[in-house]
Amino acid sequence: MAQIGETRRELALDCFLLAGRIMMESGAETYRVEDTMIRMAVSQNMINSHCFVTPSGIMFSPSEELATRFVRINNRSTDLERVALINSVSRKLVAGEYTLQQAYDEMLIIDQTNYRFHIWIQILAAAVASGCFFILLGGNWKDLPFAFVFGGTGFIIVETILIETRVKIFAEFTGSFVIGILASIAVYTGFASDLDTLIIGSIMPLVPGLLITNAVRDLMAGHFMSGLSKGAEAFLTAFAIGAGIAVVLSF
Amino acid sequence: MNWPLEAFLSFMAAGAFGVIFNTPRRTLISCGLVGMSGWLIYRIFFLTFDDPVQASFAGAFVVSIVAHLLAKKFRMPMIIFSIAGIIPLVPGSKAYNAMRKIVENNYLEAIAFASEAMMISGAVAMGLVFAEVIMQLFFKRQAKRIQKKMGLTQD
Repeated sequence: MAQIGETRRELALDCFLLAGRIMMESGAETYRVEDTMIRMAVSQNMINSHCFVTPSGIMFSPSEELATRFVRINNRSTDLERVALINSVSRKLVAGEYTLQQAYDEMLIIDQTNYRFHIWIQILAAAVASGCFFILLGGNWKDLPFAFVFGGTGFIIVETILIETRVKIFAEFTGSFVIGILASIAVYTGFASDLDTLIIGSIMPLVPGLLITNAVRDLMAGHFMSGLSKGAEAFLTAFAIGAGIAVVLSF
Repeated sequence: MNWPLEAFLSFMAAGAFGVIFNTPRRTLISCGLVGMSGWLIYRIFFLTFDDPVQASFAGAFVVSIVAHLLAKKFRMPMIIFSIAGIIPLVPGSKAYNAMRKIVENNYLEAIAFASEAMMISGAVAMGLVFAEVIMQLFFKRQAKRIQKKMGLTQD
C-alpha cells in the first residue's frame, strides 16, 4: 500500500466511483456494479475495500486509513452500450492493459458521449416491435398498420414527456392512455377489428422488462434493497400502464 | 402454426427491443437470436403441454442459457442479451385481461387472470434463476481459477 501516492489513490477512487455511477445510470445490475468496482480496486492493490450500491447512491470504502466516498445517482435510463464499454475498460484495467489515468480518461469520454440511436430509429424500432408482437399474439394482418402506428405513437409520447417532466409514471400513464384511445377509435370506426390484441401489441414497448429482469437477478444475488426497490419501480410502471388502459376501457 | 413466420417475427421484435435499449451494434443480431430461441421454445412447450406457466419457465430458462453462452463469447455482461429475450415472455395479455375484467366489475374472473399472470411472471423468474445456477455450477471451476488469479478469494 505504501507505494501508492496520495494523488494516485484519489484518482483511483474517482475512477471506481465514476465507473459505478455510469454503470448504475445505464441500467446495469447492482451486483455487477459492485463486482466491477471491487475487481478494479483489487487490481489497484486496495485489497480490503467494500462497496455498497443502491439504485440511488454508491458508497465505497477503500480501506481502513482512507475516507469513505459517496456518489449520488440521480437519473437512471437504459443504455446497455455504456455498460458494455465500461465493462471492457474495467477488464483492460484489471488485465493491466490500461494504466489508471488511461482508464479514467476513457471513462470520462464514455460519460460525455451520447451512444444512443437516433430518436427516430428508436421510434421505428418501437413500432416494429409492436407490429411483430401484434402478429405473434394472434392479431390479423389487416390490423397490422394500426399496431405499428400506435406502438410508435405511444413511444414518442412517453419519451417526450420524460424529457419534459422527468416524471416516469405520468409519462407511461399518458402513453398507454393515448394508445387506448387511438385503438378504441380505430375499432369503433370499423377500421380495425380486434381491440384487445391491438392494445396489448401497442403497449409492448412500454413494458418494464429490464427492471423485472434486474430485480430478479439482484434479489437472487442477495441485494435485497436494490432488488425490492427495482421491483417496486417495475410494479409502478406496470400499474401506470394498466391504469392508463383501464381509464379508456371504463368508458 | 407457421414456424418460419413466428421465428422471423420474434427475431425482429427482440432486435427492435435491442435498439430501444441501445445494446452495442454488433450484438443486435445475437439479441434477436436469443429472443427467437426463447419464443420458439415457449411456443413448442405451450402447444405440446398446453400450460403457459411451464412454457414460460422453459422459455426463460433457454433465454438465460443462450444469453450466458453469448456473454462468454462476446465478453460482455449477460444482461445485454437476456433482456430482449425475456420481453416476449412477459404475460402482457393476462395482465391486460385481468385489468379489463376489473374495469367491467367482474372481480372473480379478474382474480383468475391476475393469479395466472403472477404464476407466469414467477415462472419466468424461476427460469432465469435456475439457468443462472446451473451455468454457475458449470463454470464454477473456471471462475474459481480466475478469482484465485486476481486475489478475490473471500467471496
